[in-house]
Amino acid sequence: MIHVLLITFIITLFYMAIANRLMTYIKVLALQGVILFFVVFIQLNEINTLNLVLILLETIVFKSLAVPIFLGYLLKRNNITREAEPFLPNFVSLVITTFIVVITILISNTIKDTHLDKIFFVVALSTLFFGLYLIATRRKIITHVMGYMVIENGVFVLSLAVGNEMPMLVNLGILLDIFASVLILGIFLNKIGDVFKDVDVDQLSNLKDY
Amino acid sequence: MIGVYLLGALAIAVILFFSRNKLFVYSLAGLFLVLQSLFTTYACMHYGNNELVYFKFDSLGIILLVTMSIIAIPAFIHSYIYIENHKENPQTRAIYLTSMVLLIMAISAGYLSNHIAVTWIFTEITTLSASALIYHHRNKLALEGTWKYVFICAISITFIFIGILFLSLSLQHAGSDDLSFSNLLARRAELNPVWLRMAFLFIFTGFTAKLGLVPMFTAGIDAKDKAPAPAGALFATVLMNLGFVGIFRFYIVVANTPLLHWAQLVVGSAAFLSLFVSTVYMLKVKNIKRMFAYSGIEHMGIVMLGVAAGGIGYYAAVLHIILHAFVKSSLFFQFNQLYRVFQDKSIYHIGNYFKYNTTGAMVLLLGFISATAMPPSGMFVSEFLIFKSLFDAGQIILLIAVLLLLTMIIWAFGKNIFKVLFVPAVGFDDSNVEKISPWESLSQFVLLATAVYLGLNPPAIFVQMLKESVSLLPL
Repeated sequence: MIHVLLITFIITLFYMAIANRLMTYIKVLALQGVILFFVVFIQLNEINTLNLVLILLETIVFKSLAVPIFLGYLLKRNNITREAEPFLPNFVSLVITTFIVVITILISNTIKDTHLDKIFFVVALSTLFFGLYLIATRRKIITHVMGYMVIENGVFVLSLAVGNEMPMLVNLGILLDIFASVLILGIFLNKIGDVFKDVDVDQLSNLKDY
Repeated sequence: MIGVYLLGALAIAVILFFSRNKLFVYSLAGLFLVLQSLFTTYACMHYGNNELVYFKFDSLGIILLVTMSIIAIPAFIHSYIYIENHKENPQTRAIYLTSMVLLIMAISAGYLSNHIAVTWIFTEITTLSASALIYHHRNKLALEGTWKYVFICAISITFIFIGILFLSLSLQHAGSDDLSFSNLLARRAELNPVWLRMAFLFIFTGFTAKLGLVPMFTAGIDAKDKAPAPAGALFATVLMNLGFVGIFRFYIVVANTPLLHWAQLVVGSAAFLSLFVSTVYMLKVKNIKRMFAYSGIEHMGIVMLGVAAGGIGYYAAVLHIILHAFVKSSLFFQFNQLYRVFQDKSIYHIGNYFKYNTTGAMVLLLGFISATAMPPSGMFVSEFLIFKSLFDAGQIILLIAVLLLLTMIIWAFGKNIFKVLFVPAVGFDDSNVEKISPWESLSQFVLLATAVYLGLNPPAIFVQMLKESVSLLPL
């Protein structure tokens, strides 16, 4: 069951690679939050109530409700056009994403470790690299933020892979996630929308040395 | 005591945030300085003690803490001058001072923490308070700088977290889950090398955002440029030292495993690339504040080269980072006066500084001599020792390349500084130039003199502490 969920998670990455509209990205992010909740629910044995509440808050409330709603609100308020405007065609994105997944599978095959569930490792690492790829190839600042959210999801999966024996680390990861996202989203994307209209990375290139 | 300190600083920050009365705000800032000095004294008196499980007053932490407490005093004095000159409104002033207090508190706690996750948490807090300082001016450029800083720091902090996860995997092979540095060191033989390698790569990359090394140095430059100069002085010195602490404490663990040579290669190549990048930008840069920031990148490159070379290099690296903190902060404090005279940062629009502010120009000249490590600068000693360690390690070609790059940096730095000091700026109207009181430069002279004193004639206790802080490393 858990493997089905994780594979669904990988499929969402492929879907994200070829999605055209920003709303689709937001919906995929929400879906990823739900998937993560079920993964945690099945994965973490001997979970106490407090931890469960915290993880419920993080995955369902934060990842699949608060962040998507806020991103949608930002889209509307700043009149951001609905296209994602990638630098590369979608087909190339799809090929590169496939490459990322294949390479992480190859990497994880070289590692022999009983403490680590391999499929978690593959999902986490490919999500991480896919997030970086998303940041590098999309034009709008809001897609950078979405890429960062994808990275955060990857880190969350990784912390689950490790966290079965160290729940403290899962909680730390949640702390990081909420802290950084609130900092990025709440304070600055809001402000950037006020100052720069239709936010492109091209507009953020005034600080330079030549 | 550290609990009292953290709670006290937090309380001061919260009250500062809500108070608008001028006298009250400044006395609170003064109170924080008293608290900081008391805490530093307490830490020195209780050398070697553990507190609150996660903190330890060890030698590296204490010397950096003392350095910071010294720099914090002029930082607040210059912040006062800055705020009063800009006639900031009470709200901006409150936010500025709150962020300064939080930043200094987080850095202090980060220095002393004995647990990698705790260091990481306090590094996160510095990102938060630093971003409020960078956004101080509330304009487009400040927003751009803040956005870049926050985004890159968020990614680096995530990287550090991934590193910690890998480290915990590595530690599970040793049958333990205590991530404190002392436990890691004690179980170094049982750590799984594959995961340790991954952990080192990620943690190193993550902390370079604070330390200012390749690959994550970019955001720090914009931050130092856009933040008010007194805050920029803290970013360019003590905050970089926090990045150094994070890397160095973990490096001590890795250096005691068979991965030593690999880690030296990683750190050494990042350090050399940083030197190279800073040379390229120093030759190009036209904004004097950014030039100071790039000079910081250069010095961090030299420091990490010392760490990678080993031997006497460890000692010299810690010495260098402390002396650099004194010198660079005085240059950043001086920048504010320079800006008040010329109202510009570009090399093209400033010049003949000696005519308008002789004392300040002296600071700039002495600061230039110190920062380029010419004798009698204290940094000459540490840089010389680092070169010696490179020579001892047999890295002659690397040493020659480094010296060539440094020559170019000194040339570029000197060209710009002498232009600022002696060559009149074209079309500059000096009819209503602000008169700067010489007393404002006093603190900068003191900082520069401290650097010379510590470099040329270090007190025995200081040398002792430096030696202890690197004593865990293999020779």
